[in-house]
Amino acid sequence: MSATAGSVAGQGSARSSPGPVGRRQPRWLRNVRYYLPAVIVFVGGLVLWEMLVGLANIQAFIFPKPSAILAALQANWGEGRFALAPSAQATLIEALGGLAIGTAAGVVVAFATARWVSARAALLPLAVAANAIPIIAFAPLMNNWFGVLNPLSKMMMAAILVFFPVMANVTRGLVQVEPAALELMRSYAATEWTVLRKVRVPNALPFFFTALRLGATLSLIGAIVGEYFGGSSLVLGRIIVQSASALRFDITWAAIVLGAVTGIVFYLVIVIVERAVMPWHGSLRSGEL
Amino acid sequence: MTDTNQPVVQLHGIDKVFGRGDQPPTVALEGIDLDIRMGEFVSLIGPSGCGKSTLLRIIGDLIAPTRGTVVVNGKPADQARRDRDYGMVFQAPVLFEWRTVEDNVKLPLEIQGASAAKRTARAKEMLELVELGDFLGHYPWQLSGGMQQRVAIARALAFEPAILLMDEPFGALDEMTRERMNSEVLRIWERTGTTVVFVTHSIPEAVFLSSRVVVMSARPGRITKVIDVDLPRPRNEDTRETRRYFELVTEVREALRRRKDDLAGLGSVDRTMAEGAVG
Repeated sequence: MSATAGSVAGQGSARSSPGPVGRRQPRWLRNVRYYLPAVIVFVGGLVLWEMLVGLANIQAFIFPKPSAILAALQANWGEGRFALAPSAQATLIEALGGLAIGTAAGVVVAFATARWVSARAALLPLAVAANAIPIIAFAPLMNNWFGVLNPLSKMMMAAILVFFPVMANVTRGLVQVEPAALELMRSYAATEWTVLRKVRVPNALPFFFTALRLGATLSLIGAIVGEYFGGSSLVLGRIIVQSASALRFDITWAAIVLGAVTGIVFYLVIVIVERAVMPWHGSLRSGEL
Repeated sequence: MTDTNQPVVQLHGIDKVFGRGDQPPTVALEGIDLDIRMGEFVSLIGPSGCGKSTLLRIIGDLIAPTRGTVVVNGKPADQARRDRDYGMVFQAPVLFEWRTVEDNVKLPLEIQGASAAKRTARAKEMLELVELGDFLGHYPWQLSGGMQQRVAIARALAFEPAILLMDEPFGALDEMTRERMNSEVLRIWERTGTTVVFVTHSIPEAVFLSSRVVVMSARPGRITKVIDVDLPRPRNEDTRETRRYFELVTEVREALRRRKDDLAGLGSVDRTMAEGAVG
């Protein structure tokens, strides 16, 4: 909606295809150059870690080497008391379920608050207050309400975490519409429903995806924190707790790494969906994640 | 629309007072009477705060006047708006970034409920009119500011409005782009025959474009002078260098300045009275 610094086309209409500037090098090369520093730091960090632990003779139970973590990951991948892959899967399902529930609730409340000022007055303070409660306080309650072994108790933990950013962001996206855009719609004699569909919802999409990116990470946190307070033994949170109390810190680390990778993949999937849904959006022009 | 003698816009006794809660009310417009004939190009010019944009919004039924009547095409302004007699162009292009250029122009037609075939044909026709026929599939951010504003004009013309309301549409553009856009608007106006009400604070722009320039004063917003611009048409870049053009620019400038002198005189009178009161 704005003339950005990226505007490149000339004033005249002679130019038929104003492509973005900066096409001097192929896309893959730009990607490599963009990500190379991060990759170097990451790999270098791992090597340094491996060497320091070896040189300083740090006990494995305090700080295992990356190679030991990798070995633990391999040894406990599919089976055994600390089977990591099925655990990660179970935790991911909880997180996904929580993300779905929290997002749905957040979007519904956002639409209500955006539509009715009275709903905003009634719900927003409550939502802010609920958001201020430390999430851990809810975990035993959720286990009690929905059952320790029922994944739903962990989903609800995740959902509570996801709810607020979704609600707050989507509300903002629905409400923060350029006044001139509303005047334009009024001049078309558009109904409130049309304005919602054609202006407010598309306007809220970037806000929604920002919340979803946050939610992807938060839902995993919610699920794992919920698991700390009890649950099926084959979930990441239980494995972290159990392996730590068994002094198998290599497995603890392996579970943490797996959780991190799951979170990153989760996040990337949402970024990919976002790009597919909003090919027009500004963040994609600059190539940021 | 059929009767060419009847004004397209009839403003009678328009007052607009803005008052918010405990603040003293601001008189934005006072006693505005104005008729705009069909096919006219009328500019509203005045210092900022003179209510020219407010007046435009009252004509377009985006806000209601405090007093007075607005008749557009022989009916009340809100009926005219519901009949989609207006095309609006704002200072910002207000293009929706999730829509391509073509889909932005189609938007009013979608809301109107036009058939898909008509929407496509009309959007193409309008974009060709503003010489953007090659940019149908582009997104707004891929266009320069001037091009975006041309898309906005194409969109405003999409359902053949009886009246085009333009609120400082080129205020954000540089001088050279602005002059080019002025010629462009004249070309479009001559081809479509649409009645245009054009808000600006640029004297040369007002003179170059208009058949009549309505000069307004600030606080309260009043019409101080209406100047007929008798420059021959079609106008082009050479028009800007004719003697008559300069005379008219001067006339508008003086009309704007005279009002300021009046106010300055008023100020000194006030001061004398105040001093007298103190002494």
